[in-house]
Amino acid sequence: MASTTTKSAFLRGLGHGTPFLIIILPFGLLFGVVGTEAGFNLAEVMGFSFLVIAGASQFAAVQLMTENVPTLIVILTALTVNLRMAMYSASIAPYLRDVSMWKRALMSYGLVDQTYALGVAEFENTPNLSTAERVAYFTGTGLPVFIAWYISTYLGAVFGARIPPEFALDFAVPISFLALVAPALKTIAHVAAALTSVVLALLLAFVPFGLGLIIAALIAMCVGAFIETKMEGHAA
Amino acid sequence: MNYSDANIWFIIAAMGVGTFLIRFSFIGLVGNRDIPSWILRLLRYTPVAVLPGIAAPLVFFPEATGGQPDPARLLAATVTMAVGIKTKNVILSITSGAVTLYGMMYFLG
Repeated sequence: MASTTTKSAFLRGLGHGTPFLIIILPFGLLFGVVGTEAGFNLAEVMGFSFLVIAGASQFAAVQLMTENVPTLIVILTALTVNLRMAMYSASIAPYLRDVSMWKRALMSYGLVDQTYALGVAEFENTPNLSTAERVAYFTGTGLPVFIAWYISTYLGAVFGARIPPEFALDFAVPISFLALVAPALKTIAHVAAALTSVVLALLLAFVPFGLGLIIAALIAMCVGAFIETKMEGHAA
Repeated sequence: MNYSDANIWFIIAAMGVGTFLIRFSFIGLVGNRDIPSWILRLLRYTPVAVLPGIAAPLVFFPEATGGQPDPARLLAATVTMAVGIKTKNVILSITSGAVTLYGMMYFLG
């Protein structure tokens, strides 16, 4: 009985996660190509996608490393890109309090944009799910996403190795970052944060060791949060 | 790119461990304690605070044109943003940007 509902939760998750292949596959291919073009070997490119599995931060790291930014700054910037996942972790944690620690660790490895969004929506809409069903659903959403990410990275790295410079792949990173940010510009606070980031990153380009970007990002975060607080004050 | 193999693997491993710890933070370590709302508020803005800052110099001063502003890349970036804001479709927005870039490079030579 319990195992049938667990299985159906898994299959439901699989069904909800699979459409994301439309996004994951091209991104993985692109990362494989861009990483290889930047001079990383196959093992290193795959290392990023296996150990980090966070596309935007991987692109950011590869971009900064082509600019020979110091190691510590590469790591700090990449982790700053991933800080939003602390928010995911906080919002999904209450649903997973009865899950065993090692499973929670595995689920943390797999907490990406897609599994988080699907998981929280399902757990909110179906409050009477058992712990096992929650784990099964989450696993179902993640499997297609992760497998597609690894395989498409591999294919991009192998087949994209000899793309000539005419294809202007230098522009793949900014274009994908702009495309990722654009849908998030839904409030004045988000727009202000993004503009602050752009203006300060350009103005602080002279600051050594890539620190200008980190300063720009921290100030932009504060600007976004500050304006959000102001707007709430007006609404109330 | 100018890093030793060990250095590259150190960066990959540190990013892997660090990203895992960020994801594991509340699920595994902090538990269900309430997080101060100002922290959540700051975290909400991390993607829009970091990614445009990385993109901006690449859009305005691309290395491929010797750091000179380039109409093809400026227009491609504008189209990418416009389509992304209008449709909220990431893949469509990237495709439009790429088509614009290649089209401009073809016509402008």
